[in-house]
Amino acid sequence: MIELSLHILDIVENSTRAGAGLVTIRISEDRAGDRFRIEIEDDGEGMDDETARQALDPFFTTKTVRRFGLGLPMLRHAAERAEGGLEVKTLKGKGTKVNAEFRLSHIDRQPLGDIAATIAAVIAGNPRTDFIYRHESGSGIYVMDTREVRRRIGDVPIDHPKILNWIKSDIESGLEGIGIDKSA
Amino acid sequence: MAKIKIEDLKKIKEKIKAETSLRAGHLRVRVTVHMGTCGIASGARGVLDSLMKEIGAAGVADVAVTTSGCAGICSREPLVTVEVLGEEPIKYEHMDPNKMRQVFKRHILEGEIQTPFVMARGSEQVK
Repeated sequence: MIELSLHILDIVENSTRAGAGLVTIRISEDRAGDRFRIEIEDDGEGMDDETARQALDPFFTTKTVRRFGLGLPMLRHAAERAEGGLEVKTLKGKGTKVNAEFRLSHIDRQPLGDIAATIAAVIAGNPRTDFIYRHESGSGIYVMDTREVRRRIGDVPIDHPKILNWIKSDIESGLEGIGIDKSA
Repeated sequence: MAKIKIEDLKKIKEKIKAETSLRAGHLRVRVTVHMGTCGIASGARGVLDSLMKEIGAAGVADVAVTTSGCAGICSREPLVTVEVLGEEPIKYEHMDPNKMRQVFKRHILEGEIQTPFVMARGSEQVK
């Protein structure tokens, strides 16, 4: 993975597989404190203590099609490479929250990349799940909330290609509006 | 979200409703881009992105896009499954945005399976 938005796409899949109805993705760029934070919170089934302990082990997975699970370990590695770290908080039956933190200006901090394509991809793959994407920069906050989009499109499916393309372009222009350069 | 954009969304909604009422909402093709860790790491998001752009540019209303998780064939990723209504699903391997555009234009729109990229015929294993 070479972009943080690709890690996000991967981690959100954990949330939707855990049966989440709402997944909230929060990104904040704290320029004064030189930190870059990603938080992915879901209301899925959560993990028991034993599973949570193993979640960061690359040779642990809940799937049966292969014997390893690299999503969380790779994000942790990306965070630690940039003077940050990863924390997983979970409560069985309640949900899971993944926090990844980086030093914003660190040379090895991966760029955010195409977050609009990531959000469109998670909606396309999980049309029954709601997503909130909140991005805070020093100069403003952008929010995409699929519940709000659903209210406006009525019975048109949210994973219709035209709706997905609209969501993508709204994110792109919204991030531009708060001064986010996705390649940095 | 900027106000002018919300207006756009309303227009898109009306347009979709007009199109689907003409076609009775029937989908002709379902395309699944495999989006597990392995797929993502080898470029699946770019494949999905190019597919969505092609659908937008062609203005077709009967092609649905979805994603799935890892099916255990990580070395052949990115994988794409094309299911045309009433036909056997086709799994394409080692996809990239250019191959996806070719599959969209030749297979999805014109019905000609792009055999050089085909990994297998067969049904889809979901998450």
